[in-house]
Amino acid sequence: MNSLLLLKHELLLTALLLIFILIKLLKEISNHQFFLITCVLLAVNFLAGFFGNSYGSVFGNMFHTNEFISIQKNILNLATLLIVLSSWSWLKHHHHVPEFFILLLTTLLGMFFMLSSGNFLMFYLSLELATIPLAALCNFDLEKKQSSEAGMKMILLSALASAVLLLGISFIYGTTGTISFTELSFNLTGHPLQVFGFILVFAGFAFKLSVIPFHLWTADVYEGSPVAITAYLSVVSKGAMVFIFTTILYTVFRQIENTGYNTLFITAVVTMTIGNLFAIRQQNLKRFLAFSSIAQVGFILVGLSGYNQLGISSATYFIFIYVFSNLAAFAVVGLISAASGKENINDYRGLAKTNPSLAWIMALSLFSLAGIPPTAGFFGKFFLLAAGAGKGNFVLITIAALNIVLSLYYYLRVIRVMFMDQHDSPIPNIKCDKAFNTAAVIFIAGILIAGIWDYPFQIINTLAPYIFTAY
Amino acid sequence: MNLLLLLLLPSVAILLTLFVKNNTQAKWVSLLFSAAQLVFSLMLLFAFQTERASGNISMMLFEQQLNWFQSAGITFHIGIDGISVAMIILTALVVTAGVLVSWNIGYMTQEFLILLQLLGAGAYGFFISVDLFLIFFFLEVAVIPKYLLIGIWGSGKKEYSANKLAIMLMGASALILVGILGMYFHSGLKAFDLIRISQIKLPVETQIMFFPFLFIGFGVFTAIFPFYSWVPDGHSSAPTAGSMFLAGISMKLGGYGCLRVATYLMPEAASVYAPYIIALATIGIIYGAFATVMQTDLKYINAYSSVSHCGFVLLGIGMLTKTAITGAVMQMVSHGLMTALFFAVIGMIYERTHTRVVRQMGGLIKSMPFICTMLFLAGFTSLGLPGLSGFVAEMTIFMGSWQNPGAFYRISTIVACASIVVTAVYILRAMGRVAMGPLPAALSDEKHKSSLKDATWNERIAAIMLAAGIIVVGTAPFWLNNLVSPDAAIIFEQLISGN
Repeated sequence: MNSLLLLKHELLLTALLLIFILIKLLKEISNHQFFLITCVLLAVNFLAGFFGNSYGSVFGNMFHTNEFISIQKNILNLATLLIVLSSWSWLKHHHHVPEFFILLLTTLLGMFFMLSSGNFLMFYLSLELATIPLAALCNFDLEKKQSSEAGMKMILLSALASAVLLLGISFIYGTTGTISFTELSFNLTGHPLQVFGFILVFAGFAFKLSVIPFHLWTADVYEGSPVAITAYLSVVSKGAMVFIFTTILYTVFRQIENTGYNTLFITAVVTMTIGNLFAIRQQNLKRFLAFSSIAQVGFILVGLSGYNQLGISSATYFIFIYVFSNLAAFAVVGLISAASGKENINDYRGLAKTNPSLAWIMALSLFSLAGIPPTAGFFGKFFLLAAGAGKGNFVLITIAALNIVLSLYYYLRVIRVMFMDQHDSPIPNIKCDKAFNTAAVIFIAGILIAGIWDYPFQIINTLAPYIFTAY
Repeated sequence: MNLLLLLLLPSVAILLTLFVKNNTQAKWVSLLFSAAQLVFSLMLLFAFQTERASGNISMMLFEQQLNWFQSAGITFHIGIDGISVAMIILTALVVTAGVLVSWNIGYMTQEFLILLQLLGAGAYGFFISVDLFLIFFFLEVAVIPKYLLIGIWGSGKKEYSANKLAIMLMGASALILVGILGMYFHSGLKAFDLIRISQIKLPVETQIMFFPFLFIGFGVFTAIFPFYSWVPDGHSSAPTAGSMFLAGISMKLGGYGCLRVATYLMPEAASVYAPYIIALATIGIIYGAFATVMQTDLKYINAYSSVSHCGFVLLGIGMLTKTAITGAVMQMVSHGLMTALFFAVIGMIYERTHTRVVRQMGGLIKSMPFICTMLFLAGFTSLGLPGLSGFVAEMTIFMGSWQNPGAFYRISTIVACASIVVTAVYILRAMGRVAMGPLPAALSDEKHKSSLKDATWNERIAAIMLAAGIIVVGTAPFWLNNLVSPDAAIIFEQLISGN
């Protein structure tokens, strides 16, 4: 019974998946009804995630969980619910609504198993479970050529990343004779082959996190995929990778901290700077957000490079805030793209006149992404930098701080276009449906309240040491 | 006195403004709450004086410590001393006057007022914070509303100016961020509390390393040479209330931060870097004054003269004597009032003549006596006429500067003093041209003549409030002096004990 409780998140999701398949098979219902059922079930699933969490492991340490991992899963649950809510305006014209939800929840299930994995085998299997349905989702705008291209790129490059990751794992296995996280955390000695293995594993992660120089797929896939999936890729998929990367970095590879630190230092600087510089030149909003999210990962790496408790909690907290700020931006882009087909920054000229509420939501989310108080993003960035400063490397912190300014430049560009520029034929007023409004309220509340209320951070920071419990 | 009210009043004003039905209600809500802030800040002054008179000599009064992001070493620690009281009253005056002169803003009124109140909240929060994190937080709160105010409601090359201002000020914030993280880790406390860090003797190397980050960071806000270029563009493109806030309060955030954070926490580094600060301040004073002489646009004239006047603030801080620091604070108050009045008057003139170029105006005193009187008052304050606040403040700074022996300090003081002559040149020239002489042909046709009316009630109240401040400080300087100098002395003692 107890071990069933430990698998609670995964079992609930599996039950949802089965319900979806049964509904689809047994009863002819409209897409709208299906959507409503999904929302209710996801909300129930999200709420259920808060109760009865405990720690322990099952299947001979293959799967382990604790309160901190449960919080991370709840964050992913929330993000998925918000994406479903805000993407309805696009999805309602689609013929394959049930399939969309089934694929979406399958990748989420993969991510849940990934977060709880106790050794590299489990980690690799769940990573694939998370990736393959995602590639199908990238291809979900079936009649668009770009979308198929995105799906194809995603699957090919993921396969490449997996190959690199597996090579790294095999080096580590070869030198230590184990793939269990617990044993590895004691058995790594800093042997050159292990360092090489670490670099390869890091490269595998770097593909998924789109850390420069492994970012080349990001902009193309983000641009081609449906907006909902782009949002999913940039928040949920990336968030899950950040969570598991934190755990592996701080536990499995804790014996080779120096190598880890140097790798993080270099990649963080390069990722922030180049991501920001590329974002300045983008015209398409989805590509723009792709590069901005690359730069954001650079900041996360700064926080992780501190190797302290604040590093763990600030990375997790940043993802929590990122859920609201980035998804809000994608929600607006998705709504406008579904209503008018326009995705370029210059098409947004004069948006504040015709759609003031959309423009203000977008502005809030961009300010949060840029890290401007009193929005939540400020705290996310601040704690990441504070964690990174723990090592006393103020060169890194200065570069990161200046990168915040650089990023502000292009975020303000979008603000300027929306609020200050004039357009002969601006985007006409768009009527928002109830689903979008609900999501919008949650976004605004999240962005503003998390900037005033410290409770989420306190919880995350208190539970952060739990990632060491299994080791 | 609960200092949280200073944050609560603007926040309630913002919430109410969001939900009112029309612009008129929004304006009255905003005015009511700014007036409440003003009343509260005066009550605060009174309560502060009473408390001090009753013998409470702790550095910060009305202190409160709330838990906020506690596990990261942050406390919501607020409190005030004489310097912050003066700044809070200044802020309340400028915000109230700002609401009054924006009565006819016309476009997106609610948003405008919300941003104005948000700016005010940021400034109040900044002045009451006793925690480095809070100081940084509120400093940044006050950046983006300025960007939006200039970009949306501004005039001229507003997008360029707004961008320049936001990027430069955020760059400055980035430096401050590095500085406060340095304090956080190198003090060994893992805490941001200003008082606690000030009791630790930081190693000199640490101070030498982080002082420039904090001082230049805050210095950009107060237009330290050579990082002043956001001032002229930003001020001239902003709407009237925006310019008033920018010059009146925003530039004071920098001076206050240089004093309270950089100098107070790192006294040894301050004395090491003092010659550089003085050199930069003197260059700023002289450069600003001569650059003003070349300007033709009234707003540019006031903006460049602000660079010059804020140089005095930095000069006073750099001199590191008690009198000079007191003078620097008085100059902040005086410049805040004077420049806010100046921009308010320029706004009124622009609304009527639709030009800000000095050469296209003339003889306005006949049709608008009140506005031109206020223009004279602001101008005379700027050039340091005795009896007005500018004279008092600059005099105190010069006295304090002269206390420093040494040729370098003396020469800088003399050079800075000489700039007053240049000030007289540009102020008298501009005012004479605008107010005196014949009305130019462009302004004497029927269409313009009918619009050349004197100030309306709201403009009168705004101008009189600010003018009253100037005259009170000018004629009874001991009030401000007694309020500020004990706390300037505390900072000065920190400097002595540090060295």
